Amino acid sequence: MTDTPDNRPFAIRTYAPDQLREALKRMYLIRRFEEGAEDSYMRGLIHGTMHLSIGQEASAMATCMELTDADKITSTHRGHGHCIAKGAEVGRMFAEFFGKETGYCHGRGGSMHIADVKTGNLGANGIVGGGLPIAVGAALSAKRLGKSDVTVCFFGDGANNEGAFHEALNMAAIWKLPVIFVCENNKYGMSTSTERSTAVKHIAERAVAYAMPGITVDGNDFSAVAEAVHHAIARARAGEGPSLVENLTYRWRGHSKSDRNRYRTKEEIEDWMARDPIARFRAELIAHGILDESGADAIAQAAIDDVQQGIEFAKSSPAPAVTELTRYVHAEA
Amino acid sequence: MNAMTQETGLRTLSYSEAIREAMALAMDRDPTVILMGEDIGVYGGAFQVTLDLIDRYGPDRVMDTPISELGGAGVAVGAALTGLKPIFEFQFSDFATLAMEQIVNQAAKLRYMLGGEASVPVVFRMPAGSGTGAAAQHSQSLEAWFGHVPGLKVIQPSTPEDAKGMLLAALDDPDPVMIFEHKLLYKMKGPVPAGHYLTPIGKAAIRREGRDLTIVAGAIMVHRALEAAERMAQDGIDAEVIDLRSIRPIDHATILASVRKTGKLMIVYEGVKSFGVGAEISAAVAESDAFDYLDAPILRLGGAEAPIPYNPDLERAAVPQVDTIEAAARRMIRREV
Repeated sequence: MTDTPDNRPFAIRTYAPDQLREALKRMYLIRRFEEGAEDSYMRGLIHGTMHLSIGQEASAMATCMELTDADKITSTHRGHGHCIAKGAEVGRMFAEFFGKETGYCHGRGGSMHIADVKTGNLGANGIVGGGLPIAVGAALSAKRLGKSDVTVCFFGDGANNEGAFHEALNMAAIWKLPVIFVCENNKYGMSTSTERSTAVKHIAERAVAYAMPGITVDGNDFSAVAEAVHHAIARARAGEGPSLVENLTYRWRGHSKSDRNRYRTKEEIEDWMARDPIARFRAELIAHGILDESGADAIAQAAIDDVQQGIEFAKSSPAPAVTELTRYVHAEA
Repeated sequence: MNAMTQETGLRTLSYSEAIREAMALAMDRDPTVILMGEDIGVYGGAFQVTLDLIDRYGPDRVMDTPISELGGAGVAVGAALTGLKPIFEFQFSDFATLAMEQIVNQAAKLRYMLGGEASVPVVFRMPAGSGTGAAAQHSQSLEAWFGHVPGLKVIQPSTPEDAKGMLLAALDDPDPVMIFEHKLLYKMKGPVPAGHYLTPIGKAAIRREGRDLTIVAGAIMVHRALEAAERMAQDGIDAEVIDLRSIRPIDHATILASVRKTGKLMIVYEGVKSFGVGAEISAAVAESDAFDYLDAPILRLGGAEAPIPYNPDLERAAVPQVDTIEAAARRMIRREV
């Protein structure tokens, strides 16, 4: 017997090289998209506000790694990364941010309601915790309609103190619904740290109260997230019910455009920036021979090109007609 | 059963039986229709409206939820977004206050926020109104709250026939509909056609034609207004009574045409008088050419500016009754308002 254990990280031994390269591409795409959105905002091309997920790319991408278009996600106010990870085109996303008719929501939703129903993204949400019961409802549909689809519910550490969290997790558990609750714990709900807001150390500990598995992982480690979500998806597809996965991560930017960073230190931010999830994943792929440096550079450049094309598409797209202000309030007869 | 009722398929059913029949019919016709709510299974619901449906359709389609109004309503919204047609019963419409987030921020807005790329065909059933001795937190009439929200449709059928037809129309609607059912109407009996039919949302019904004044009323107030009108008819006062049926959208055309005919408008509703259905209808008349036909000030007769009290005399005094409707209408006819 010459079997030797495969000690490579979960993602490397589980996914094909093409899938891993595509995952890296989409992580770069998220980072460059967020930077492009921020830059467009600074130039006055985008109004309103936005919540950037720079630093959280591994959580979004690794969670969506095994989802099909038939699987659903519900997203959050910090949802650009989820949208890209689930398969959206950055051009139509930029168009939405620019308020254009070609945007995913025809300019009616903007950053906080970005959605792409065709790839299973039921939408970002402006209400903290708003997506939690909706995700449970999507999982109920799958079960009642006899489908094997699962629903991933992204939410943040802030949402875990909403009543909707308790109600949603309890119902998912009593009805054994195929939903994976993915908490992106970036340590702060706006300015309030989890230490000050949350009675337990790890949000995954709360899974015990709903008789479901709960696991806390390094959310900046692509492979660790992918492995935890893989097991939760398998459990959901097997009809065994929901799970709670907590990805510990960090947003490099402030909560929104109004944030002056009074509640965290420069040292803390720099410490987390040193744990850049994209750099780590890129190095891992190179170390395991999936890519070489020039291949990785080409992927990074392709993301830059896509984002630039996306911004151009958005700029040149038409705005919605003001006469269509009330269109989409109700179904059209 | 006489020959005529056999021909038209009319049977006499109670309001709650008519709703139950509509739900059963919908579940027979469409496997994606499910019922959700607190104690709607073997208990049959707080008002017995879902009685025995669990025996016919099983617990997967007649789902008891935990006491989780916010979460339950949100599950219904998520299910509606992804292929089911849930009918979600709030045990008392007052409890919808716990679920405002999902109703107002999510159900009502999802189609719009997503630029028409999504649909939320959910029906919320809302047992409403006072007169049961249940006091301030189980007796409210909050329909006007929801009438303020674009994206929602808000209806309040007053007869068993309409309760069935409007619930079926609500299920047929691709957008969220809130159906307010006055608790005192549940036992009221009336003719109900057999089989499937739709009573359109957004159309009022003239329940009594008259020349002298227009009374617009909703839900149980329709019946009180009709009784007051019959009393006044003995003295030669001929009131027209319009059953509003739908609060959002409101059938302005029927109301304005009636006001042009009678020149007098009284609005009777159980919700708190201020900022309510009466204000909306008054304003619509004031903004229209029908204003020129008014020969008396508009009169709103609504609920008291107080929570619904427990004491039965106080409770009665808190909302319009036949006597108060009649007295107010007579004052209006005498130009004393």
